[in-house]
Amino acid sequence: MNVLIPAPLRSYTGQRQVEASGSTLGALLVDLDRRYPGIRFRMINEQDRMRPHIRFFVNGDQVFDLLKSLQSSDEVLIVQALSGG
Amino acid sequence: MERKKPTARKAAGAKRGRSTARAKAVSKVVVLIATRKGAWLYHGDAARKSWRADGPHFLGHIVNHVVLDPRDGRTLLAAAKTGHLGPTIFRSTDFGRNWKEATRPPAFAKAADGQPGRAVDHTFWLTPGHTSEPDTWYAGTSPQGLFRSEDGGVTWDPFSSINEDPQYRKWMGTVQDGTPDGPKLHSITVDPRDPAHLYFGMSGGGVHESRDRGRTWTAIASGLEVVEGLDASNLAFHDPHCVRLCPSNPDRLYQQNHCGIYRIDRPSNQWVRIGRAMPKRVGDIGFPMVVHPRNADTAWVFPMDGSTVWPRTSPGGVPVAYVTRNGGKTWQRAASGLPQNETWWTVKRQAMAADANDPIGLYFGTTSGELWVSRDEGRHWTRVAEHLPEIYAVEAGRLS
Repeated sequence: MNVLIPAPLRSYTGQRQVEASGSTLGALLVDLDRRYPGIRFRMINEQDRMRPHIRFFVNGDQVFDLLKSLQSSDEVLIVQALSGG
Repeated sequence: MERKKPTARKAAGAKRGRSTARAKAVSKVVVLIATRKGAWLYHGDAARKSWRADGPHFLGHIVNHVVLDPRDGRTLLAAAKTGHLGPTIFRSTDFGRNWKEATRPPAFAKAADGQPGRAVDHTFWLTPGHTSEPDTWYAGTSPQGLFRSEDGGVTWDPFSSINEDPQYRKWMGTVQDGTPDGPKLHSITVDPRDPAHLYFGMSGGGVHESRDRGRTWTAIASGLEVVEGLDASNLAFHDPHCVRLCPSNPDRLYQQNHCGIYRIDRPSNQWVRIGRAMPKRVGDIGFPMVVHPRNADTAWVFPMDGSTVWPRTSPGGVPVAYVTRNGGKTWQRAASGLPQNETWWTVKRQAMAADANDPIGLYFGTTSGELWVSRDEGRHWTRVAEHLPEIYAVEAGRLS
């Protein structure tokens, strides 16, 4: 499925939009890390929690649960949330 | 470009507090500056008069520490994160022309189901391992954690048991108990005579020592004061800001604490508050502590205003370094060249360092983004850079 990558993470992917797969959001991020090593830990901490200023949207809806089911036709948007200076 | 290994410091056999052996050669210095918005490398000429800036590296990253490996004189590690992204370690073996990210940065163990667990917010402190362990590094994090790499900083693992030890977790406290940007494990120190002999400090949580390579730890708190009204027997209330071991006499350590300046001479376990000899109008509160590489009687501090609401500024708007040349019996101003009034920056705990030349050079970075250099052990200061971001750490690396 399509994954839109925010600017701070493009040093890993080299592009704004990449392909990755997974039946859940968590699985998708594991696959993304397989393709672009190190990218997951910048978004998800060692306790499998989303980092405070990273947000995920699936087909436009914000998702807070890594167990959220995904379909291959879904579009996943990763966003850096506003966090001040 | 190939560089020669630096001359190893000779520690064994040095006389207590009296070693004044001359440096063997003048080495070029690179000053490594970590800031809230990136890192810079300042390369000095042989006279340390002219400086070439190389940076920014990692523009926009919050960089807490950049350290040159003294064992090979060429490997750099940088502890970084951004406002959005999690913490990591970058490594360069060509002086920052290329950086490669750690494949496994410091991270706490995954907690059992139902337990909250802890997550590293940032790596705060980096220490190269013993000369006999060339690929070993230690890292201290916020919240407090101790980590070790045995492959030059590529992969990191929790080190010893303290990260999960219930007693240590009590001493570490919560995020609310720490410094404004998070509680920190810092001042990781390796005895140059013995790779199994280690120290570290925690803000808060006290100073701890291991003589068995981190298998067990003992707190060294006797003689240290805590904030009035708190119980000094509870290590959670101890706040060492910076602890430094003297390379010329590894039995001597100096400490800038939240509650004064201290010295300890091992095997004694008693800290002595040498800051009592500082001028009363200045006090003995501050963050950095710097020791002379060849004379254990000489050390520098940079006092700050720790009165009332803890402004954390230069006392009275007058920044001044102080030096002792007799182990803390007396202190003298070392402020020639520094602003004389209306100056409200200060110097953070990692932002003051010495090189190993003769005479040694001193360096400090300010919260207002200035780099100051002294080529004569603090007698005169010159501003080398200004308008950098807030400076978190300054290290003086030695090039052959």
